[in-house]
Amino acid sequence: MGKIWVYAELNQGKVNPTALELLAKARELGDVEAIALGTGARAAAATLGLHGAKVVHVNEDKAFDDYLAEPATDALAALHKQGAPELILFGFTPDSRDVAGRLAARLEVGLISNAADVVAADGGFVAKVPYFGGAKIASMKANKKPAIVLVRPKSFEASEAGGTAEVKDLSVTIDAGSKRSHIVERVVEASEKVKLEDAKVVISGGRGMGGPDNFPLLEDLAGALGGAVGASRAVVDAGWVPYSMQVGQTGKSVRPGVYIAVGISGAMQHTVGMKASKVIIAINKDAEAPIMKMADLGVVGDALKIVPALTAAVKAKKR
Amino acid sequence: MTSILKIVVTVKQVPDPNSNLSLEADNTISREKEVVLDPGDECGVEEALQLKEAHGGEVILVSMGPERAKDAIRKGLSMGADRGILVTDAQLAGADALLTARALAAAIKAENPDLVICGTESYDGSTGMVPPMLAELLGLPQLTVAKKVEVDGSNLKIHRQTADGYEVLEASTPALITVTAGIAEPRYASLKGIMAARSKEIKQLGMGELGIERGEVAETIEGLTDAETRKAGAVIEFDGTSIDRIIQVLAEAKVI
Repeated sequence: MGKIWVYAELNQGKVNPTALELLAKARELGDVEAIALGTGARAAAATLGLHGAKVVHVNEDKAFDDYLAEPATDALAALHKQGAPELILFGFTPDSRDVAGRLAARLEVGLISNAADVVAADGGFVAKVPYFGGAKIASMKANKKPAIVLVRPKSFEASEAGGTAEVKDLSVTIDAGSKRSHIVERVVEASEKVKLEDAKVVISGGRGMGGPDNFPLLEDLAGALGGAVGASRAVVDAGWVPYSMQVGQTGKSVRPGVYIAVGISGAMQHTVGMKASKVIIAINKDAEAPIMKMADLGVVGDALKIVPALTAAVKAKKR
Repeated sequence: MTSILKIVVTVKQVPDPNSNLSLEADNTISREKEVVLDPGDECGVEEALQLKEAHGGEVILVSMGPERAKDAIRKGLSMGADRGILVTDAQLAGADALLTARALAAAIKAENPDLVICGTESYDGSTGMVPPMLAELLGLPQLTVAKKVEVDGSNLKIHRQTADGYEVLEASTPALITVTAGIAEPRYASLKGIMAARSKEIKQLGMGELGIERGEVAETIEGLTDAETRKAGAVIEFDGTSIDRIIQVLAEAKVI
């Protein structure tokens, strides 16, 4: 079997959960090697091994923590020179895609983004990518080697394979030319009560909420249901709510027991991030909105009337 | 006065996000219908114009696409950008991200800008792959997902949006920045702006002039299948019984 790389993104020393999901897939496709860069890389190797990496290439240079994209690109390119893999998997996250894009241009191989699955085919790889408003799945073949594929978070279930990885030091010199985009500070703003990704119920608002002043109505409903509040890209772009609340292709992927979409039309950008929810309830004034075609229950009407009434009813029911 | 800040903004013409999409025979998404300047790029143009207003300089719009993509450039010119460059060539039809980045890079390199501003991702593809590729090909550092940009001489500082807040990034110009749509509210083109845009230059460049060749396409669509669709459930008008219906669904899902 061919060699498969998984780029194990570290966030302040912790393995990004998507890396473990990618390992579960990668071990079906070939011999898996993971690459972990920055503070915590060595410690991460045990977890990565447990999830199926046979080899973990590590380098703990602080430059990987402090500079965006370029040091990691240099490291991967250096490792590529020592022996190219058949396939490199990245999570479709802001940090990983910055690295993947640069690497693809440097290796002149191109890449496939936003994939939901990867399969081996004809000695190469085909990625399954949501297409055409999410109504279709495109089978995209990578024509060059290595194939570079960015996979959406939560596309695969992480699982332990019970192995131990051989840890190899990845030798690379990060020179000043790659220390240009300097991360000087990290500011945490969000203090989520219930994490969006883990919530059993997610209530998301879109343009149909009318304005940011009406989002507390959704908070009230979320409070009554023990859920979390999300949002569409449109209202995040408009500055109504922070990006941490965005559900969709960019933003978070959620699969709660119940997803309530309020005033959201249902563009692919949004639906790829929530269509795996068990039950979908849509509240929208437009009966023809695409979201209505995927909802288990669609209620046509004024969200600003329906949401408070629903909150009151949920509270009454719990009493 | 010499230009203090030479800014290139990449712009893309996309199917109107509010219209219905259709497919061409080769499975690419049709751009024959209503097309607009990518709303994310409008924000990039706005940010560039604000930087120019604060620091002086020039704003150049660069796009790749068929000739009608000039309309997207013209939109940005009517907002106040100074001139445009359209990379257009029959051989660029169906270009993948890498070829797009190569074509844009060739056109931008000749301008030698201080700043390149891109949308974080396009409205139609939303893959966000062209900007990091472009940064690599231009040999520039990339500062991505900016929700705030500050320029002080050759020092550049951005707030990079993260899942739970933001990171403060610093670099020196020249650099490439990708901006979120939240960065600036795009201005409306004034009538004066629209009139002025008519006489602004849009230079057209082909692959020969840029010295690039198509090469092998990096990825090809082998086929399309219908996505697993969820069955549409009941759609009801809001009335006195609707809340009970929702409660019933919540109870069946065992969340209350």
